[in-house]
Amino acid sequence: MSAVAIGVTKRGRGGGIGRAARRSAAVVLLLLALVGFYELYRWVWSSAGFTWPFVVDSTSMPHMWTILKAFGQPAQVNQPPLITILFHKSLFTAKEAIVGFGLGAIVGFGLGVILVHSRLLQRGFLPYIVASQTIPILAIAPMVVIWVNPRLPGPFQGWGSVAVIAAFLTFFPVTINTLRGLQSADPRALELMRTYAASRWTILWKLRVPTSMPYVFSALKLAATACVVGAIIGELPSGLQDGLGGAILNFNQYYSIEPQELWATNIAAALLGIVFFVTIVIAEKLIVRRAPENVG
Amino acid sequence: MSTDVVVKIEKVTKVFPRGNVIALQDIDLALVPGEFVSLIGPSGCGKSTLLRIVGDLIEPTSGTVTVNGKPARRARLDHDYGIVFQDAVLFDWRTVSKNIAVPLELLGWSREKRKQRVEEMLELVELAGFADHHPWQLSGGMQQRVSIARALAFEPALLLMDEPFGALDEMTRERLNLELLSIWQQLGSTVVFVTHSISEAVFLSTRVVVMSPRPGRIAGIVDIDLPAQRSVETREDPRYFELVTQVRELLRKRGEHLLPEEEAQLLETAE
Repeated sequence: MSAVAIGVTKRGRGGGIGRAARRSAAVVLLLLALVGFYELYRWVWSSAGFTWPFVVDSTSMPHMWTILKAFGQPAQVNQPPLITILFHKSLFTAKEAIVGFGLGAIVGFGLGVILVHSRLLQRGFLPYIVASQTIPILAIAPMVVIWVNPRLPGPFQGWGSVAVIAAFLTFFPVTINTLRGLQSADPRALELMRTYAASRWTILWKLRVPTSMPYVFSALKLAATACVVGAIIGELPSGLQDGLGGAILNFNQYYSIEPQELWATNIAAALLGIVFFVTIVIAEKLIVRRAPENVG
Repeated sequence: MSTDVVVKIEKVTKVFPRGNVIALQDIDLALVPGEFVSLIGPSGCGKSTLLRIVGDLIEPTSGTVTVNGKPARRARLDHDYGIVFQDAVLFDWRTVSKNIAVPLELLGWSREKRKQRVEEMLELVELAGFADHHPWQLSGGMQQRVSIARALAFEPALLLMDEPFGALDEMTRERLNLELLSIWQQLGSTVVFVTHSISEAVFLSTRVVVMSPRPGRIAGIVDIDLPAQRSVETREDPRYFELVTQVRELLRKRGEHLLPEEEAQLLETAE
């Protein structure tokens, strides 16, 4: 009996490192395969002259090496290389996205907690929460800028309203999953808490919130990518030039001449999203596997 | 109010509105301190319902239940009993010792006091080496021992057990029976134990309450006059077999409506 239990805890550490190495190798190989496929498709379509679904040339599909080379060259004369510019713009967008993510996660979680305690509020509010997400973000972004920006203190001017737009995309999955997670507590565990005469508040913190953590984290993973998209889109109507949104708008205009710059910007945006996502995955590993009450 | 009675069940009837099922009808039962009473009967006889009424997890349709001289609800709010379900119902995100500490945290015990008590409880259920394990790393029997430790951690006078070993294999069940007896003898608490195993009920109890279904009622009570110190040999005692037979015969009458005289007769033969 005890031998079984001990056997489970003793996991090989060396095996863990080997597995991590194998996994990163797989990621790199898959990436190379995708690049290879892109170039193969490009070669087949251009040499055979296929026109469906679109004509392949250096404007529609620039070579991978052209895109990579673009990172090292300045986009305009007398400017640092594109990679430096994109790095700084990514940091700016990341700032908006992080604040938006934080706001959205807090509001989303809070809404979930409130809704789980009232069926009436759930019935009344949930349709509006769902409806809020069917409005295209581009349609409300200018209003948010006009409403929010004048209220913001100096250092938040401009990018603060973009963070609010990012939060608007973030809170929704968090609310829905928090609600679902809080409702997923084992009825027998709820009965046990009843035998302890536990208050609603105690049941929330000792039982419902820990049970909801896997649900909340799958929402946070969605939100991590959504907040980056929200920040980029939010920059467009705000007229901000400091972030990736501004860069995308700018390079869009030169696409027919220098498509590789927009492609490079897209890669930077994707990398930013991946960094956000991986951060949440790591946080989940640290928090969910351990007892949540040890964290706070 | 007399405190010589730990649990007093008077004229308890429970009707479930859905389908108008009479789960329990006119149940009267009193438990004195230190008793180990088993409720046994076929499914649908209301034995678990009765246990839940004692624990104020459901309310009787009529009749009253007092625990330690207080209404059942007051007793629940005062943490007068600990409970063990068929499943251990442990919190996966907590270690074994933190699971045992749950009721102590809710009672506002200091960290120091909690730590000391948890250690004592781990000792009691013989899981001292597993304090930092998580529930999923334990076997079903060990999980149930954690659940028992958690139920007893705040020293309730009453322990309610709802088929606690029902999901375990026969070997584990018999070993846990012995462990439970030793814990009960050390702590002297009163136990209400729901089971549908005749041998388990006779082996553990000081009294076995046999129930019959539709409507759920007490078919008879068998006093278990086996020596207080029980061991593996008890299961081979001729008296043990006689008592098992008595319980089985009472159970066989299930569904038949016994008249009070017949019931008295059955009880006489039980003595």
